[in-house]
Amino acid sequence: MQLSRRGFIKLTGAGLAASSLGALGFGPAGEAMAAAVRPFKLVAATETRNTCTYCSVACGILIYSMGDRAKNARSNIIHIEGDPDHPVNRGTLCPKGAGLLDVVHAPTRLKTPRYRAPGASEFKEVSWEFALGRIARLMKDDRDKNFIDKNKAGTTVNRWTTTGMLAASASSSETAYLTWKVARSLGMVVFDNQARV
Amino acid sequence: MTNTWQDIKNANLVVVMGGNAAEAHPCGFKWVIEAKIENSAKLVVIDPRFTRTASVADKYAPIRPGTDIAFLSGVIRYLLANDRIQHEYVRAYTNAGMIVKEEFGFVDGLFSGYNEDTHSYDKSSWEYEFDEQGFAKVDETWQHPRCVINLLRKHVDRYTPEMVTRICGTPIEKYMEICELFASTSAPDKAMTSLFALGWTQHSVGAQNIRSMAMIQLLLGNIGVAGGGMNALRGHSNIQGLTDVGLLSNAMPGYLTLPYDREDTFETYMSTKQFKPLRPGQISYWQNYRKFMVSFQKAIYGDAATAENNWAYDWLPKLDVPLYDIIRAFEMMDKGEMTGYICQGFNPLQAFPDRGKIRRSLGKLKYLITMDPLDTETSRFWEDFGPQNPSKPEDIQTEVFQLPTTCFAEENGSLVNSARWLQWHWKAAEAPGMAKSDIWIMSGIFHRMREMYRKEGGAFPDPLLHLSWNYTDPHDPDPEELSKDMNGRALVDLKDASGAVTVHAGKLLDGFAQLRDDGTTASGCWIFTGSFTEKGNQMARRDASDPREQGIAPNWAWAWPANRRILYNRASADPAGKAWNPGKPVIEWNGTQWTGIDVPDYTPTTKPSDSVGPFIMNAEGLGRLFARDQMAEGPFPEHYEPFESPSENILHPKVKSNPAARVFADDRAAMGKVADFPYVATTYRLTEHFHFWTKHALINAILQPEEFIEIGEVLAKQKGIVQGGWVKVSSKRGWVTCKAYVTKRIKPLIVDGKPTHVIGVPLHWGFTGQARKGFGANTLTPSVGDANTQTPEFKAFLVNIERATGPAV
Repeated sequence: MQLSRRGFIKLTGAGLAASSLGALGFGPAGEAMAAAVRPFKLVAATETRNTCTYCSVACGILIYSMGDRAKNARSNIIHIEGDPDHPVNRGTLCPKGAGLLDVVHAPTRLKTPRYRAPGASEFKEVSWEFALGRIARLMKDDRDKNFIDKNKAGTTVNRWTTTGMLAASASSSETAYLTWKVARSLGMVVFDNQARV
Repeated sequence: MTNTWQDIKNANLVVVMGGNAAEAHPCGFKWVIEAKIENSAKLVVIDPRFTRTASVADKYAPIRPGTDIAFLSGVIRYLLANDRIQHEYVRAYTNAGMIVKEEFGFVDGLFSGYNEDTHSYDKSSWEYEFDEQGFAKVDETWQHPRCVINLLRKHVDRYTPEMVTRICGTPIEKYMEICELFASTSAPDKAMTSLFALGWTQHSVGAQNIRSMAMIQLLLGNIGVAGGGMNALRGHSNIQGLTDVGLLSNAMPGYLTLPYDREDTFETYMSTKQFKPLRPGQISYWQNYRKFMVSFQKAIYGDAATAENNWAYDWLPKLDVPLYDIIRAFEMMDKGEMTGYICQGFNPLQAFPDRGKIRRSLGKLKYLITMDPLDTETSRFWEDFGPQNPSKPEDIQTEVFQLPTTCFAEENGSLVNSARWLQWHWKAAEAPGMAKSDIWIMSGIFHRMREMYRKEGGAFPDPLLHLSWNYTDPHDPDPEELSKDMNGRALVDLKDASGAVTVHAGKLLDGFAQLRDDGTTASGCWIFTGSFTEKGNQMARRDASDPREQGIAPNWAWAWPANRRILYNRASADPAGKAWNPGKPVIEWNGTQWTGIDVPDYTPTTKPSDSVGPFIMNAEGLGRLFARDQMAEGPFPEHYEPFESPSENILHPKVKSNPAARVFADDRAAMGKVADFPYVATTYRLTEHFHFWTKHALINAILQPEEFIEIGEVLAKQKGIVQGGWVKVSSKRGWVTCKAYVTKRIKPLIVDGKPTHVIGVPLHWGFTGQARKGFGANTLTPSVGDANTQTPEFKAFLVNIERATGPAV
């Protein structure tokens, strides 16, 4: 039995008007309803446990995506909601967290490395190879030129003050640890995160 | 947070001051409502603005921005004058009875040892008197005039209710009622919790705001107990983790500190770290510093860190200034002293004070690298976006790289929440387009630079060449491998005193007590040891069971240190080991050991009769009402006016603002005077937005689409400003044109007899994303930070406001 949404509403409306008991008791109108209700979308989705990216309450979230993680299927996140098992948020999300799906799929999500040359009026898309190669060159040249191995008193100080870094406070601790290793092994001291703001 | 989010439900009194949890941390705030409904708790809110948190408070009091220390010092005075402190707790667990050096003093706003030229203190007089064995002297009877509690009594004596009211503008009857509510929790079985956030930190006296309340909590016996504590609600999802892992100018993982120039050798460095106990029998846990430090160097430099080269101590950069914080970074940039800057998930053009200076400084760089999932303002600073970002690209020679990264949903890893829980999360989808993880990008830069140094040589490449990098995929290390690095492992078979092997070589460690200082263990972040053991990833645990429903959930994820959920929990019991509050015990002494629902704060068999203090990280084992030399501006908090303030400092007119603050000359010149900028402004966040990210999300951009300021009805009427009308708000540093929201939520305060108006400036808008373009609140804010942390003073500054015509449509 195929029914349009409008037809379904009409039919159930009529059924209810005629006999609501009939609808609840799986009479003809009830059959129509059962046939017309689409399967719950999330049943077919893959569920992933994650943590809200915004504040430090760190609400548990469930991310639902289409795709079964097969190598040849690209997952697409279709829904995010609070994790009812989480002991702090117990399934709830705030106005920020409830909009997580929109930040995952924001039109201003960046997709390609871009480069802006000195004096240029626009970005141009570049390859990762170009971007990382050029960055490594600029950093090495600056480090070689301005690295301070000893201070005026002759103490070994091994610091680099002319290139600095701000680290991401929504990145994982694992990212943080790797970032620390790279930045400090270069002697970087102008190094900070969002703890202050 | 010393406690957990759910533990807030155990409080008898919840004080929200310096925060607005109902709007900024809504899903955590539910535990405040739980406390009100299930525990008959009272909620007190002290805030310049009648916030949504205030709207459900039992008692709300307004306060002028930047005067919290005066308010709280008045509370301390009330508690001492009326003898409403938890005597047994204060006597046994704080330094109230310690005797301070005779040279210590406080005159006209300055503590002893001030140097006017350097704006800093010689802190040698801020210290206890010591006996022949080197232990601090104590007067258990509190009779000595220089014991801490008597010095404190004297220090706060000036903060009479009348004085507090003159400074803060808080009506006196509300203030007195709040004092009495605070005092009610001095009963041993009553607890108050303090919830705070940027409303306290973003001041030139931010750290002392927090100290003031911490002192009150000690006096009331509220630290370590269920429903008590000092609870910093914190901001970003992993700001706690980034701090724990030491991504701060002067920090190393696990709160070890980067060396200074004066610490020229490893032994000199160590000499100031292994704190000798200042009282007999105390733990002084930092005595283990060498174990943490050597294990860390082994984790990052592997075999290249040896006893012979002092564990590669010289490979760590040394600092010649206290901090290369962000305010200093932009000062250096503005002066042409920096070449490059990397912004990883950080948008300083929006986030740091004096936007004009930030924009100008970025334009002086040779190169700027941004790594972000979103199109940030910082990465587009050079582009002309009209009045919201005026620019001439042709004049800006900065090379800019905009690197697309994954977001939270596209990676595995752990985040540390404000209750110190390390929670693991899983990847749900691939990143869009060519976006890559920060791990992949940082590894890519590392490999390329290391290769260049191998081929070309160059400035001191040793640390880079020897950096330990034993990952299955060296170009994209697995987060689990990095977690194991931080947890740490045995490098040889570890044996106990009898010679039996306790941990086999190569195995992951169970806890930081296993760390050694002889190079036989490695751990990248000692406080995380125990998070990823041979039993598996403890951060991924999902057992939400909660003994006695007391808000601990000890088997959910993993908390540092040692899975302890309430810090200083020894203080939840009296000196004999019985819970102060028998209805909500945390740990208790059962005659042979400490047992309870949480991991005890020290060895479980430490007998109460050993008199080991609960504050094991402090050398005296006690909570500090007197901070010794730990703070920049004094061992007791003192009220100093914000750097831009409408009022004199009526306590000591000659010392108006924080005398130990570091202010760069150009920034000082950019401070406004009350004659030109007569109104107090304060920045804040809306519940619909998170910083500058959610304007990229359509639903949030629809909910709060455009920049506005909040203004009280009285001032609006005076200035002819109507609801929804356009206004121009200006400070010495810049101006913003936006709409005005005229509100009853902000009322004029009477400060020292004069009406003072406060203007609220929400900060979420910029020129990228889906919301309407905005100028950004940081256009207005001053570039001065807290004297200890350099957290910028976003919460109290001066502006003018005028009616304006809107932009041409």
